This record gives sequence, C-alpha cells and structure tokens, in this order.
Amino acid sequence: MIRVVDLHKKFGRLHVLRGITTEVRQGEVVVIIGPSGSGKSTFLRCLNLLEKPTAGEVYIEGVRVTDPHVNLRAVREEVGMVFQRFNLFPHMTALENIALAPHKVRGLSREEAEARAYELLERVGLRDKAKSYPDELSGGQQQRVAIARALAMQPKVMLFDEPTSALDPEMIKEVLDVMKALAAEGMTMVVVTHEMGFAREVGDRVIFMDEGVIVEEGPPQELFARPQSERTRTFLSKIL
Amino acid sequence: MVLHWELIWRSLPLLLAGALMTVQLATIAVGLGIVIGTVAGMARLSQVKPVAILSRCYIDFIRGTPLLVQIFMVYMGLPQLTGVVIPPYYAAIIALSINSGAYVAEIVRAGIQSIDRGQTEAALSLGLSPSQVMRYVILPQAFRRIIPPLGNEFIAMLKDSSLVSAIALEELVRKGQIIITRTFRPFDIWLVVALLYLVMTILISRLVDWSERKLKVKPVEEREEEAARATAWEGGGFGPWLQMASLLRVRRPARERGEETT
Repeated sequence: MIRVVDLHKKFGRLHVLRGITTEVRQGEVVVIIGPSGSGKSTFLRCLNLLEKPTAGEVYIEGVRVTDPHVNLRAVREEVGMVFQRFNLFPHMTALENIALAPHKVRGLSREEAEARAYELLERVGLRDKAKSYPDELSGGQQQRVAIARALAMQPKVMLFDEPTSALDPEMIKEVLDVMKALAAEGMTMVVVTHEMGFAREVGDRVIFMDEGVIVEEGPPQELFARPQSERTRTFLSKIL
Repeated sequence: MVLHWELIWRSLPLLLAGALMTVQLATIAVGLGIVIGTVAGMARLSQVKPVAILSRCYIDFIRGTPLLVQIFMVYMGLPQLTGVVIPPYYAAIIALSINSGAYVAEIVRAGIQSIDRGQTEAALSLGLSPSQVMRYVILPQAFRRIIPPLGNEFIAMLKDSSLVSAIALEELVRKGQIIITRTFRPFDIWLVVALLYLVMTILISRLVDWSERKLKVKPVEEREEEAARATAWEGGGFGPWLQMASLLRVRRPARERGEETT
C-alpha cells in the first residue's frame, strides 16, 4: 500500500529525517511513537507531500509520489489527513466542511455531497451538529468532524497527526472510539500519537522513531513488553 | 469674526454637489481598488517570482510617490505619450483607482497571511487545487478580516481625493475654491468644507462598524429563520445578495450568544 525507501528531509541545515525505510500494508494500522522532535510528524507529512522530501522515495499503491511530475492532487485525494489542531474551516458549517471537497474535487453534485456528509456525520455521532460552525463545537466534536471531512473523499489511507494531543482528557475517548471503529472496518491507517493504550489495542505494528530514524518496530505487545533498543526502553519507561 | 450665514446657506447646494462628486470618486476608486488590490495582493504572494516582483514594484511605486504626482502623470503625462486627451473625471478615476489598488493590495496580502497555515494544509490534503484553496478557504476568511482596514482605506481615499481639485475636477475642495474666488470669504467656506468632510468620514466609520457587526454569524435558530425569509425573498432578486452576505458572516463569541439564546 505504502512503501517508503530511504526517505530524507532537511529543513535548511536541520536534518529531520535521516533515512526512513518501511512499508504499510493494506488494512494495517501503524502507530508511530517517539519523543518530540524525532521527525514523526514530518514523516507523516511527507506521505501526502505537505512536506517535500529532500531525498528518497515514497510509493502509494505503486505510484511513485516522489516523482517531480506526479499529480499532487490525485495523490492527496487518496490520502486523508487529520491534524492535531483540527483545522476545520471556521466560515463553514460542519456539513459544508465535509461536503466541500467531494463537491469541488470529486465533482459530486451539491445534493450528493451533502447526503454523503450527513452519512459521515451520523457515523461520527454528530448528525445533529450539521448546521453548527466549528467554534460552536467542543474540541472532540471538531476532531470528529475533521475525521468525517477526510473520510468524505473516500481515501485509501488515513494519516493521523497527533489527533488527540490538543484535546481535553475527557474528549480523547470519543475521538479514539471513532478511530477504533475505522480500524475495525479495515481502513489503512498511519497514526502518530502518544496514546499507548490505543497503540496496544488497535495497532498492528508500532514504529518507534528517534532523531529521524526508525529505531525499532514490531507488534505492540512485543515492542512494549520487550523493547530491544536502549533508546526505546528509556522512552517507554518515561511514558508508561 | 462672525460667520456669514447667508453666504454659507447660498453656497451649500454647490458644496453638496461637490461632496457628492467626492463620494462618487472615492467609491469608484476604492471599488476598482479592491479589484486591482485583490489581484495585486495575491500576485505579491505568488510562487512565480516575476509576478511577485512586478506586483511589488507596482505597490512600492504607488506608495512611495505622492498621489498628486500620480494624478498629474495620468492627466498630463499619458496624453503626451499616447496623444489621447483624458477628461479630468476619467483621469481622476484612473489615478485614484491605481493608487487605492496598491494600498488595498497590502491590506489583502496581510489578510491572506493572517489566515493560519493549517487551513491551507487541510484544504490541500483534501485534494483541492491551490486556486480552489484560495477561493473557497482563504479569501472568504481573509475578506472578513480586512473589512475594518478597507473602511479606513475608504476614509483615506475620501480625503485624498481632494487632490484632484488640482486638475480642475469639481469635487468638494474645488467647489470651495471657486466660491472663495467669487466671495473672498475663505474662512467661512473652508470651515463648511471641512465640516462636510467630517460628516462624511464619521458616517462611513459608523457604516463600517455596523457592517462588521451585521456580518457576524447568529445562533443556529436565528440563521434558519433568516434562511427561510431569504428564500421567500428570492423572487425579489435579493437572493444572491443575501447569499453573499451569509458568505461573509463571522461567528460571535459563544458567551455573547449564550445570553441571547437563554
């Protein structure tokens, strides 16, 4: 599904990603953990080319998206992304937020796009908030709308960039529940998070990143129980 | 020193006609300025270097030179180059619009840049093209934020348009000059001219405040009521305007709305 080969990213002289090679299979839920500044978010943003990799290759469904002539829009249509700070469009209702891209990008009629938006709102449990503006919603509700917005494009992969980090504790569960349901439906997901409970319960594989490289990866039970590397052990001892 | 009330009274129709011309000039100039400025403001932020540099040159030239010189260049300079004489009214419109466009461009640029980067990223990640991102996500938000500075630009233009009196266009200042040459009562007339400007600028700033308040979004129930009314009006041709107004709406703080909904 996704194949990453020796991916590098530099911001000026700052070498953030120093050679990432990994694969994500169809239907797999990959959880990326690691200390802040380890390059987790940058890695995720390289997958839908919000950041342009300095070197290396990314393939999504066999398409080399790091090709300079690749159609960026076509790639992004297939890759949904959920952000730490939701990034809902404040001048649109929840419904309009979700219906915008299917209408303007996929070319659905307004009615079709809105019908799909209602379905998705139903799925994230917010049908009654269709006509509300983002700042009338709680953080957890906003993030659920943001997930629905990304799903409206019917992407093949969903990227989550610390989706619960900006939320009050009591709202984290409602967002994780939506994500769990999504994983159960077989969605391919790459999730950067600090929620170890989620990683353990839903993750098929956990990747531990530090200083721009993958230090260790493996099934969550193994990685959490028997970390091989000293750096992984140190990190886990701090957060578990 | 006593004011010559009868003279003031008799001059008023002429001065009001001048004031009307002043308002007309400022309105057209800022209207065209918004069109020019939106294009130039976006061009200024363009990834295409020559476009950005060209826009930058335009903005710097206009903001770095006196408006009076620009007016003379259009009114007297252009005819020398092209051989086509431009009537004062059109020369004034051209010069003022080009001038306003440069100031609006900077307002638009600041408005666009004030929108959080995350908005662009979210829109791009959904597969929208850069121009769709601009049109559906960035500009609608930016335009709400620039209403107050646009109001200031209009007030500034209203006052600066007095410079076109130098090419004998009969706006408010020129009318004042004409009356004074006939009556030799400069104090009375300039006082009235000043007061007329004051009245206009105060009215405009009130109008801007009002429209700012008007453009804020109301609670859900009120919005639905209005939508119902709007559809009822559509036959009257107001539909598009109401839609445009709703596009520009901003939310009111939750606290404020809470008080009203209870």
